[in-house]
Amino acid sequence: MRSLALLVLAAAVGEAAALGAAPARAPAAASLRPAREDAEEAVAVAVAVALPRSADPAAVEAAGDEAHGDASSHHQHGGGYKIVQWEWSYVQTPYIIAIWILVASVAKILFHFSQRVTTVVPESCLLILLGLVLGGVVLIASKKQLYQLDPGLFFLFLLPTIVGDAGYFMPSRLFFDNLGAILMYAVVGTLWNAFCTGFCLYGMKLAGVIGELFLLFGALISAVDPVAVLAVFEEVHVNETLFIIVFGESLLNDAVTVVLYKVYISFVEVGPGNVQTADYFKGVASFLIVSIGGTMVGLIFAVILAFITRFTKRVRIIEPLFVFLLVYLAYLTAELFSLSAILSMTFCGIGTKKYVEANISQKSRTTVKYTMKTLASIAETIIFIFLGISAVDKSKWAWDTGLISCTLIFIFVFRALGVVGQTWVLNWFRLVPLEKIDQVVMSYGGLRGAVAFALVVLLDGKQVKAKDYFVATTIVVVFFTVMFQGLTIKPLVKWLKVPRSTNRKPTLNEEIHERAFDHILAAVEDIAGLNGYHHWRDKWEQFDKNYLSKLLMRKSVYHKGELWEVYQKINIRDAISVIDQGGNVLTSARLSLPSMASRTSFSDVTNVTSYLRENGSGVCLDLQVIDPVSGGKLEEETETHHLLTGNLYKPRRRYHAHYSRHFMTMGDKERQDREVFQRNMRSRLESFKSTRYKGKTRHKKERSQKKARLALVPIDPVVAPLESEEEKSEDEPEKDDDVGITFFDVYLACCCLTSIAVPGTLEVCQSPAVIPPSPTCAEKHLPWKGGGGTLPVCVSMETTKIIPIDLQQAWNQSISSLESLASPPAPAEPQHPRVRTLVQLGLHLFLHLHYLCVSTTRMISSKATYGIGHYTPVMSHEKHRFSLNTHFVVKLRDTGRYHTLKQHCLRICWLNRKAEKTHLP
Amino acid sequence: MIMFFSSPSDVKNNGHRRFFPYCHIILIPRGVSGHESGGITTFFARRFHHVTDHSCAIIMGSGDSTLSKIPNVEELMEETGFSPAHVVRLYERFQALDKSKKGQLSRKDFESIKELATNPIRDRIIGAFFAQGQEMVDFHTFVRILAHFRPVDKNRPKKANMQEPVNSRTSKLRFAFQLYDQDNDGKISRNELLQVLRTMLEMQVTDEQLESIADRTIQEADLDGDNAISFDEFRKSLEKVNIDHKMSIRFLR
Repeated sequence: MRSLALLVLAAAVGEAAALGAAPARAPAAASLRPAREDAEEAVAVAVAVALPRSADPAAVEAAGDEAHGDASSHHQHGGGYKIVQWEWSYVQTPYIIAIWILVASVAKILFHFSQRVTTVVPESCLLILLGLVLGGVVLIASKKQLYQLDPGLFFLFLLPTIVGDAGYFMPSRLFFDNLGAILMYAVVGTLWNAFCTGFCLYGMKLAGVIGELFLLFGALISAVDPVAVLAVFEEVHVNETLFIIVFGESLLNDAVTVVLYKVYISFVEVGPGNVQTADYFKGVASFLIVSIGGTMVGLIFAVILAFITRFTKRVRIIEPLFVFLLVYLAYLTAELFSLSAILSMTFCGIGTKKYVEANISQKSRTTVKYTMKTLASIAETIIFIFLGISAVDKSKWAWDTGLISCTLIFIFVFRALGVVGQTWVLNWFRLVPLEKIDQVVMSYGGLRGAVAFALVVLLDGKQVKAKDYFVATTIVVVFFTVMFQGLTIKPLVKWLKVPRSTNRKPTLNEEIHERAFDHILAAVEDIAGLNGYHHWRDKWEQFDKNYLSKLLMRKSVYHKGELWEVYQKINIRDAISVIDQGGNVLTSARLSLPSMASRTSFSDVTNVTSYLRENGSGVCLDLQVIDPVSGGKLEEETETHHLLTGNLYKPRRRYHAHYSRHFMTMGDKERQDREVFQRNMRSRLESFKSTRYKGKTRHKKERSQKKARLALVPIDPVVAPLESEEEKSEDEPEKDDDVGITFFDVYLACCCLTSIAVPGTLEVCQSPAVIPPSPTCAEKHLPWKGGGGTLPVCVSMETTKIIPIDLQQAWNQSISSLESLASPPAPAEPQHPRVRTLVQLGLHLFLHLHYLCVSTTRMISSKATYGIGHYTPVMSHEKHRFSLNTHFVVKLRDTGRYHTLKQHCLRICWLNRKAEKTHLP
Repeated sequence: MIMFFSSPSDVKNNGHRRFFPYCHIILIPRGVSGHESGGITTFFARRFHHVTDHSCAIIMGSGDSTLSKIPNVEELMEETGFSPAHVVRLYERFQALDKSKKGQLSRKDFESIKELATNPIRDRIIGAFFAQGQEMVDFHTFVRILAHFRPVDKNRPKKANMQEPVNSRTSKLRFAFQLYDQDNDGKISRNELLQVLRTMLEMQVTDEQLESIADRTIQEADLDGDNAISFDEFRKSLEKVNIDHKMSIRFLR
């Protein structure tokens, strides 16, 4: 509470500034009383506005006291029940905090209004400047700085949010690949900086202040600050290795800083004369305990967290909470035992992420991600604003130009020297040596920040007489590094041409091949008899797979396999991007998938195969498998049923209100998936439409020719009425609209595709060549054949998805059953093969049509369905439930279906072969 | 450049790590320098790199026994870029693996490496050591194969007449590619990819899942639409990956 109370309502401050300070207080309080009396008369608004405007906090308190007096007096003259009460003291703390966060967030928005400013000036600089302005306002208002960055607030609330975010989202592979370098810089580098800076300052100022204090100062000023590094480097986008080394160092040097700081403080306390040699060893031991202990605490919490999330299946809604709580607890526990809290939290995050991410649901993952990022961003903003505010405080300042300039020079020089020296040593052992430009960026990126400031504020002014000097120097150093270096590092990186990072998700190819590389390298190390890095990594992965993952992951997840996860993620990403482009999918026939960056050269839209393939990656989404909900299949079945019976001509989307606070409706996911699928199907149809547009006119011609022929041929009386009916139904769509024809085209194309994809039907489709040529038959076949010819031979992968190979069996069965229906009444045996072909083709068509109709329910408007004439009743009267892939086959065997199939097939027979009137039911 | 080791104590010889065993005077050729080529030598080699312009020549100390046993060792080092220390170390390893002491390794010798037992693509990697139709591997081939994984050295001068070094990006990729391409037709077909995936993922995923992964992978990389990944396509799909980094190991001295 103490620390929170330091925050102030900025608006109040601003107003107070206008009113002036102490002399204004009395009138302010005076003006308050009439206002309160107004309130008695229920003029509530006046109070609410007048009070915060008329007083700074001190005045508010004074007024509050008076108000209490007032209240008691009012009691005396029977004021009784007050309708509106002023409860400032009650809401003060959270109110102020909320207002501060609001100010910080609004400031961020304002900064980003101007693109030009934020690309040049880092946000942290702007925030510090804003803090300076605010601090100035406060100072002018109350003549004394009331607020500054409070170490308690900083270490317990602000820092953990940032470190937690950093640890949890640390790219662990990269981190461990460079762990050696990171540890080297964090431990050796920080020690080097601390001692060199301390001793040199001591040397520079032999007179005056005692040595330990300079060592102490050296210790706290030498540590690179994670907050500052993160803030600046995130905008610079240097390559990952460089970033992870600087950032990892800034996190891991915490242990060194903590120990050095504590050791020196205790030295100061006992007095420099009383330090014995044993104490130095204690210092070393303390370092080991603080660092290793911190790491262990973090890892223990990581295991606990991962283990807990294994069992949250039924309480998905609080999954994110566990993550935050346990990571934060890791921090607090380390603080509790005075271990390195940052180390603890970092390792908790790194260690737990893999298992937690696997265990929790996709939504929880998103929640964790965004909440962490939001908190960290806000904490960062507040830290920098408060750094600015804290700087405007004359009472704590003691300016010493010599000290400040020396410190600045020393930390810069020793940082550079340290980096160069350590890199030289490291490059002996590193596979990829750190180049000179890397070293420059690393030395230049040694930013100091809020941690140093908070530590220096924590110093006890009685024991450390030079505290004010140190505070001033620290502030200047922090400002210099964050503002000057932060401002110039971007141009520097550009000028040096440091390899930048590409913010790019790995493709599936890269994932697979890199996995293979890992295995290869491990094997080669084993063969060459080297127990190198890859050897141990391989060992660890074995251990992880055999024991840790088994313990910490859900069974269902454990058996899924990482690569499969990656595959799903990539697919979902593609699907989302396809949907995001929503309109584009329909209007322009161009589809770009981000994960297929390597194939951007494929602009040839007219090429059906390429387009199909590109387009089809979404169809490849095996959505049913992504989230195997128990009973998912059943649910899906009913869903499909709904789609078929009710949803066909209705708006598809239905909103269900969530009444339960504890559960989310699981159907959401399913519905979403279906939408993805349907969109894909639609775009596919569109693609067919656009690519086969040219062929359409020819089809028309052929069909009209055929009609003419039908009309000319002398017709058997029994068939005649049927034919005219047939003609009518075929006529209308042509006059009417393109849609029907297009659809016809579509399923023709599909038909051809399938005939290639499914080997079993191949011969059937090509059989017209074998069949004794009958003019009508050939005519009928031509468009289909033509369709097959114009299509590129290469079949997309998805076709096999559309019609599962195992459908063949069903085909054969249903075909044979159809044959048994068709052949006995047909005495004309020589015509039989043709009949069979046609029957099969009809069946073939029907399957496709059916499939397409089901999967693209929305696309098929009533018109389009009408366009394919007599197939429509088959669809709309269908009362069976079936799912897209699996149940199809089963349902085909149903007797109910045979009826319609038979009808359909026989109709095709009528069209082609006038002679087979006996087949009419 | 000539280096003198004043006393034998400079020479570490604990069986595992050795700086130039038994060497007293070494002429460091320009080609061998690189940070992996060994302790102090590297240091000097780096310092005085510009001074040395000798042809590759190494003068062995009188006590050297290992290097002199290997025939054509200079050529081997020239070709692979390994330092003498590396070669000696690899030779010791080779002999340790060579149970039959014939100077050649058979498949069995490789398979008896117990660390390798858990590696899912073990067979393929072992297979990569054997040229087509060959049953045995001699030391030179052994070193040549391992040289694929030597990190790329930037300051090694390029000789005009030299063919592409064995540890270049392309040959590293070629090595990986050939692990997939078992029938050597220059293409990774769907089936070949499936096999690798199956071994790498073991029994964790169903066949259907594997197939969709394989399909997707091929779709992603396949540029010419032949439903297979050629080497060029393979290289293109990995062009954003730092192969020099990911396909190199640090050879100990």
